[in-house]
Amino acid sequence: MEKRLQGLIEDFKKNEGNIISLLQETQEVFGYIPEEAVYRLSEELDMPASNFFGVATFYAQFYLKPRGKNIITACCGTACHVKGSDRIINSLKRDLNLADEQNTTEDKKFTLEQVACVGACSIAPVVIINKKVYGKMNSDKMAKELKALKEDGNE
Amino acid sequence: MNKSITIQVCMGTGGMAAGGSEVLDAFESLMREKNIPAEFKKECSMHKVGCRGLCARDVLVDVIADNRRTIYQYIKPEMVERIVDEHIVGGNPVSEWQVDEDYHKFHEKQVKVVLSDCGNIDPEDINAYMAVDGYKAVEKVFASMTPEEVIDMIKKSGLRGRGGAGFPTGVKWEACRKAEAGQKYIICNADEGDPGAFMDRAVIEGNPHAVIEGMIIGAYAIGASKGYVYIRAEYPLAVERLKKAINVSRERGFLGKNIFGKGFDFDIKIKLGAGAFVCGEETALIASIEGQRGMPRAKPPFPVHRGLWGKPTVINNVETLANIPYIIKKGHEWFSSYGTEKSKGTKVFALTGKIKNSGLIEVPMGITLREIIYDIGGGIENEKALKAVQTGGPSGGCITTGMLDINMDYESLAKVGSIVGSGGMIVLDEDDCMVNVAKYFLQFTQSESCGKCVPCRIGTKRLLEIMDRITKGAGRQGDIELLEKLSNDIKAASLCGLGQTAPNPVLSTIKYFREEYEAHLQGKCPAKACNELLTYHIIEEFCKGCGACLRACPAGAITGEKKKPHTIAPEICIKCGACFDVCKFKAVGKE
Repeated sequence: MEKRLQGLIEDFKKNEGNIISLLQETQEVFGYIPEEAVYRLSEELDMPASNFFGVATFYAQFYLKPRGKNIITACCGTACHVKGSDRIINSLKRDLNLADEQNTTEDKKFTLEQVACVGACSIAPVVIINKKVYGKMNSDKMAKELKALKEDGNE
Repeated sequence: MNKSITIQVCMGTGGMAAGGSEVLDAFESLMREKNIPAEFKKECSMHKVGCRGLCARDVLVDVIADNRRTIYQYIKPEMVERIVDEHIVGGNPVSEWQVDEDYHKFHEKQVKVVLSDCGNIDPEDINAYMAVDGYKAVEKVFASMTPEEVIDMIKKSGLRGRGGAGFPTGVKWEACRKAEAGQKYIICNADEGDPGAFMDRAVIEGNPHAVIEGMIIGAYAIGASKGYVYIRAEYPLAVERLKKAINVSRERGFLGKNIFGKGFDFDIKIKLGAGAFVCGEETALIASIEGQRGMPRAKPPFPVHRGLWGKPTVINNVETLANIPYIIKKGHEWFSSYGTEKSKGTKVFALTGKIKNSGLIEVPMGITLREIIYDIGGGIENEKALKAVQTGGPSGGCITTGMLDINMDYESLAKVGSIVGSGGMIVLDEDDCMVNVAKYFLQFTQSESCGKCVPCRIGTKRLLEIMDRITKGAGRQGDIELLEKLSNDIKAASLCGLGQTAPNPVLSTIKYFREEYEAHLQGKCPAKACNELLTYHIIEEFCKGCGACLRACPAGAITGEKKKPHTIAPEICIKCGACFDVCKFKAVGKE
């Protein structure tokens, strides 16, 4: 961790960077923002850790916990909502055995995220699986994609 | 025999999701395989284009043979070979895959200014933009106009901010021009956070150079040497194309030091938003660029006087900026010939929801809602009845079927309690519950409230609790009046636009659909959308006993033998609606 953070810290000092960019880069390196990383940044840059946590918890983009191998992002925009995104999300939660507040499976294979709108409303409802956009989704299609991903992981 | 062939494949986010890049690849490899350009000595080009509006028909492909354009819809990679063989080699377009009358009707009443080149040019090729007079406006400005003349022209055009508030762009620029400071900034707000809106995404994906050109002109007018585009990370394709466009533009000398040899410096940086709706608010956006929590502050001072790092700053929306080059090139009289007395020009709307032709449209301000829904949109999906149109997203309100002849402009919409907003337009049909829709928006604003001021932080929370109990059948007498009172308090006392407009969907639905709220208090959801208020049962005479619902039920509430009517045990049923979705015989009823 030390080494990987050191580069970011030096960059920050040199370019008078801002906290958001620094956290975005930290997340790029680790896939999430580890607590130890924040304390380390705070010490090195002589800034209270609360500054970092304040920003990290404010923006939806930052994750304070490790995420799964496969990222499923369900769009909850208005068009998706009126076209039944709730149903897709509920069936996904059931299929992945996720409790109410939980979004990553125990085996860390899947993370289910909800996003306010990805702006692809004319093909609603939309689900993004590992960065690929799927339009006009339904529970059936979703179950098939999920099955394929699960089998993929077993090979 | 064809002398020239151009193939255009739609590759906005919609086109890509439908397989746009695979279709383009198929064309490229087949054309090469069949040696077409060489064999026929044709001028042959293939390129991607940005969004062309009717994303529901993607992948859309244009084949232009000797200036004759043929448009194909729903194209998949495996269909490409037949188009190549019959149309490109044989000269006979494949008639059954061409777009129908609906496609042409969709475009008939539209007037394209901002989107005029979107969907025609390759967004990743600066030469394509230059070929349609791109960067001619900025050239004209540097050659023959003073900053004051530019501002004057924009003022005369009547252009108003397309991000939501509708503030006159020229007036904003003038105020910033007059502010005295060594350093000024121009910011392009591309943090399109409204759920159900994608105008800005489409413009940046389809014609990023127009936004850059608009920013250069704005920077010159106000005297800014630095610009930022604050764009949301949820739009990866738009970010990528914008980055490319900025780099190429810099290489050509349109950005950087001493641009156009006029001693004027201007450059643009991209700032990625980190996912907060409130950052669409000007002062919150500035805080976010500075690296802090995106929390708004009280105005005045306005950003044109004290903005980014305390310096005068203009913040314009993407669509506003993309209008600028066209106004400069074609004149303010041309621009203001469209629209109404107080709302000039055109507006891009994202027409979505239960509408047949869902997509991106650009119409002259003042067009009636009826024309949008029925002429452009082709009417309601699945022969259902229209119930309402929601405009302006979480800050807006709804327009009912009785008001279809309303003119779509800033003033008329404000009069009925809605707003143009950034341009989201969601069509709702008889199956949509208005209470549920209002609750949906409130859930959104409540979770996006930054928490700085009490009326918004706690007020929206309490509002949502009341809405929640109403949709769950636990509403109390007096709740509707309580909602109204609390809504008005939140509107009056909140610090920024988010809180001041958050109760709008609630107030607007109470105003026009009060009877639906009352029905919920009686424990009924008239649209049959609020699950907690429904019970599911099997209609015996329709049930074939196929077992689809039994397999779909996650709670094991359905029992029955094969080929005999099944039954749902109400005490086990979790009301998820899975059985209703899978039944092909309409044998699942809900009350």
